[in-house]
This record gives sequence, structure tokens and C-alpha cells, in this order.
Amino acid sequence: MKHNARNITNQEFFYGHKACGGCGESLAVRLAMKVLGERTFAALPAGCMSAVSFIYPNMAFTNNAIITPFASTGAVAAGMSAGLRALGIEDTHTIGFAGDGGTADIGIQALSGAIDRNDDIIYICNDNEAYMNTGIQKSGLTPFGTKTTTSPAGENLPGSITMKKNMFEIVAAHDIAYAATASVGYLEDFMNKIEKAKNTKGTSYIHVFAPCPTGWGHESNITIDLAKQAVDCGLWYLAEYEDGEFKLNRNPKEFSSVEDYLKVQGRFKHLKDEHIEVIKAHRDKKWEKMRKRWL
Amino acid sequence: MKKFISGNDAVAEGVRLAKPHVISAYPITPQTIAVERLSEMVEDGSLKAEYMHVESEHSALAAAMGVSSVGARAFTATSSQGLLYMAECLPYASGARMPIVMMNANRALATPWNIYGDQMDSAMLLNSGWLQVYVEDAQEALDMMIQAYKIAEDSRVLAPVMVNLDGFVLTHTYELVEIPEQTKVDEFLPPINMTEQVMRLEDPKSLCISAGNDFNMEFKIKQEKDLHASRSVIKEVDKSFGDSFGRYYNGMVDTYMLEDAEAVLVTTGSVTGTARIVVDKMRAQGKKVGVLKLRYIRPFPEDEIRDLLKGKKRIGVIDKNISFGYEGTFFTNVNSALLSLENAPESYNFVGGLGGRDITKDNIEEAFNTLLNADKIDKVNYMNVRCDL
Repeated sequence: MKHNARNITNQEFFYGHKACGGCGESLAVRLAMKVLGERTFAALPAGCMSAVSFIYPNMAFTNNAIITPFASTGAVAAGMSAGLRALGIEDTHTIGFAGDGGTADIGIQALSGAIDRNDDIIYICNDNEAYMNTGIQKSGLTPFGTKTTTSPAGENLPGSITMKKNMFEIVAAHDIAYAATASVGYLEDFMNKIEKAKNTKGTSYIHVFAPCPTGWGHESNITIDLAKQAVDCGLWYLAEYEDGEFKLNRNPKEFSSVEDYLKVQGRFKHLKDEHIEVIKAHRDKKWEKMRKRWL
Repeated sequence: MKKFISGNDAVAEGVRLAKPHVISAYPITPQTIAVERLSEMVEDGSLKAEYMHVESEHSALAAAMGVSSVGARAFTATSSQGLLYMAECLPYASGARMPIVMMNANRALATPWNIYGDQMDSAMLLNSGWLQVYVEDAQEALDMMIQAYKIAEDSRVLAPVMVNLDGFVLTHTYELVEIPEQTKVDEFLPPINMTEQVMRLEDPKSLCISAGNDFNMEFKIKQEKDLHASRSVIKEVDKSFGDSFGRYYNGMVDTYMLEDAEAVLVTTGSVTGTARIVVDKMRAQGKKVGVLKLRYIRPFPEDEIRDLLKGKKRIGVIDKNISFGYEGTFFTNVNSALLSLENAPESYNFVGGLGGRDITKDNIEEAFNTLLNADKIDKVNYMNVRCDL
């Protein structure tokens, strides 16, 4: 059965938290939990999702959940999975919900170890393209031209000067059991990828693109639209890695306007045409490769 | 059954008997043989556990926390740089009240790089909320693996335990070790049965939560009180272990010819064995010398130190560590316990064994003679150094 807006459960597992209005990341966690259900053990490192949902005495998860050290999502989740198996507790899911910094920077080593061991865990990278919890600092997944509090835009620099680590392919290079990219703009696609991960024996990884109104400087009511636009204009993509093969899930005939996507976000307001050309050229190169190899 | 094995082997035998569910470990000299043996035991089926090949010490303890968080029994082992690499996870595990047991092979810290034994590594982590026990020989190492789980998992304690062995001197030295029978160990240490502080399907929980300035202090005070209370559990477990296996370690501290001693050396770990031999020799010469061995440094045996050193003339504390800019760490701790005595003994520090430098019988005899005879003694004395610095 495919998950969609009509058949998704009304049961909630993640509520009462203190995330900002319009938070894309908390939506991803909420929907993933709806797909996975109550027999799920969740591991969350330092980051927005742990900061807003474990504030004693108010706990936002109704299922079992734990905050891990920042670098340790993969290791703690793997330990939980091993412990449950050793105790003979069956039919459970162990999931890690980490941010972009928690995944691509400080947590990449533990994640790599878990994939290498093929530990039976699901790892979600909630990518909002900067360290939001600490006040919008640049991470390894912050794209070129982004203004953050540690990559200021000024006369000399256009904000972030690095492009964005390619986590999906880094993960796939481990020959992981299942990996996918997703966006909170395409929620049915996301939920059904969670379903696939749920049924995968071994490690699975889903990299979900999740706008952050506070960090990106956009209206809180356009989170979903922006997450859609990112895919439609080609700055993000929906793909899977399964049985050793890449598959591009969505291949727009024509990209929507990159300018329209950028201009509604405060973090890109400063960009000049020449910077936007860099962004587009990088996009085109990536898509040329994906279309050649992943279709 | 008796076996001629190294300290590392003894650790592995002790862990096998304690039946952890998961072992997560990363290799570092001089701990490696312990984890090699454990991986062999998992391979040959004599230990029914999972061996997780983690990619770092940080992940070794993080994975052990994951194991412990669902109520399973976890073991890890490390040393030196590895202990410091996982340092972030130490207070994390103790704050979450996880009864993890870890072997630490005491080793020097870089730089200069050095693989040999001293206590700089564990001394740096005295404030991490872990119980720290220092063993004297391979037999005590094996026995403490079993005792450590019993203490850690006691609902009055719920704290992780670090069992410290002097690098090489204990980890790589072969001794005759009595291996207890599994059935007797099973009686002494039943399977782990955690219902509080763990994630269970029947009673879902959020663990390792945030507590701001409104509640944080209360969590920490509770942790502190329970670590103090662990002293009585340590003594209880030592007694019942002795009743079952015939080996008593005297709880928080051990003594040798202490009662009428005029000069006392306070020791930890393997140097105690050397000191016992020197005491025998000097006693034969009519010199009143004795040893107080600190088994636990956390919780600290303050009452025992006061009771046993009351009325002594002079004591010397042997430290294989320095808190740079001050003195040996255990010396500071012992002095703090002595403060409330009315006629506290004169107390001096003997720093030695750094980077695996020998502390010889002669060095110990010299320290005793200094305490017995010298008119004036420096606060901090260095043992067996090559040149004046």
C-alpha cells in the first residue's frame, strides 16, 4: 500500500514540541514516525529536533527516543539496534534523525561506520542547509552563495563559497542497502521512501530537504512551496540508490526559475547575477551527469 | 581452574563470565589483546555476544550507550588517547545513569608520544561521574569485571564503572589466575534486569533529556548522592564476592602492615605489589613502614583514609600523574580527606612512573627512608629521574 494524504494514520508520535512555525524538519520527523509506528526507537543528536522536544519534564515523542552526543547518531542507533537484537526484542525499528551538520560534518564518521557494518538502522538527514539550532552557521551542506552568521555576505565574499557536500553519493559509495533523497515539498514520495527504508534489512539513509523559515528568512507559510520549488528548479533532486543502482525519480523537462526560488529567501537576497550564474552552472553540470547515468 | 595468562587475558575472561550482550571497541595499545580475545570468544561461540567493530573510541562508548539505553549489558575497553577521544561520552553515560563497564589500560598521554603506563588518562576524567577502580594484579582485574557489573547495575548506584589496569605492567604481564566457574558467576551476577532509566516497548521513555537551570542542578545532586552511596554497595559486593569465590579485596581500600606503621606510602594499582615486598624487607630491618592501597578513587575513600591514617607521623602519596601547575592528583585528593583530622600526618607527594618509567624497589625504599628519617622533605618528589631539571 502506498502512503498518501488520505490513508496516513491520525495517530501522532511527535507533538507538543517547541519548533518554529513553518519548520520543515519537524514535519519530516512527524511523518516519518507516522509511517514507522510506535515500535520505533529514535536517536537524535544535538540539533533543533532534540532541543525542542526533550525539555524536562515535557517530552514530545510518545515512542522511545534518546538524545545522542552530536557526533554519535549512527553509533548510538547502531548500539540500540544491537541491544534490542541481543535481548530478543523483535519487530522494532531504530531510526536516527540528524541535521545537516550532524550528518555531513561531525557525524559523518559514525554514520560511515554504521553503514559499513550494515547495522539495521534507518538514518534520516534533515537538511536545512546550516546549523540552525546554534543560530544559523555554515555547515558542509550549506550551498554556494548562502549568507549565514559565519559566512557573511559582503564586499569580498558572496556568503558561503563551498558548493554542498554530496552526502547522497558519499553514502551510496558505501554500497548501502537503500538510500534516497527526498523533500518535504513531495511528502508522499518521502513517506513511501520511509516505508522502503522500514522494510530494508540493514542500513538505509534518507536525505530530506527541509526549509527553515528562521534560518532562511522566508515566510513560514511557504515552507512546502519552497521545498517543491527547490526540486522543480533543479537545486535539489529526488533519487534512490537500491540494489547497487542509482535512479532519478523526478526529471523535470524544464526547470522552474532559480531566481524565483532564491529571491523569496533572505539568505540569498544579496546575490548578484554572476553568483546566480555560478549556481545554475553547478546545477546543470550535476543534472547532466544524473540524466546520463541515473535514468 | 587456574590459567597462566596476561592481565588483558584476565579482563577478557572476566568479561566472558559476566556475559555482556554487546562489546563495542576500538583497538589501542596496550588494551588490544583484551579486545582480540573477546572477538575470538565471540567467534568461537564461548561468549554469546555481538562484537561491534566501531570506527572510533567515541563511537565505542556511544554504541555502548545505545546498548545500555535499551536495557542490555554493554562492555567497552580503551586506553590513553582513546579514553580522551571518547571523553565527551563519559559524563553523558553517567548522567544518563547507564551501568556500562569499561576497561581502561592506564597509559601516558601524548606528547611526547608514549605507549607505556601512567595514570594521566584516567586522572583527567575523575570528574566524569564514573566509578574508578585501580587493580593490582591480573586476578583482581578478572574479579573486578564481574564485580563491576554487579555494582553498576545495582539500583542504588546506576553508574558506569571504569576498571583501570596499569598499561603493560598489568596488561602484558603473565600471572597465574584462578578462573571462576560460570555457574558460580551466574549465581553471583544474574542477567541484567533494568526497568527504570531504559527504553522499553511497554513503557516508552525519552532518555538523555535536556534539563535547564530549573532542574539541572537537582539531577546532578542526585547523581552525586548516589555515587557517594555506592560506597556501601562496593563493600557489600566485595563481601559477597569473597563469600562466593574466596577472594576478598577489602572494599574501598586495602592495607599492608599499616597498623603500627610510622611511615606510610599511599598507592594505587600495580606499584602496590612492589611496595609490599619493600615493606617486608624493611620490616625485617625493624623499620615501621606500611602501605595503604586506594582501590577506588571515585567514589573517594575519604572515611577510610582518615580512619587508617589518623595518628600516623608521615605519609607519602605515589602519583603516576601530574596536574600540571599543581601536584599529583591523588595527593590533592588524599590531603583533602586528611584536612578534617586534628593531628593530620605530614603528607608528601612522590610522583613517578610517568610514561612507563619504572618505580623500583629501591625507589620505594628510598621514599620510605625519606619519610622515616629526613629532617625536611619537599612537597613534591620525583621518583627515579635521570637528571636534575
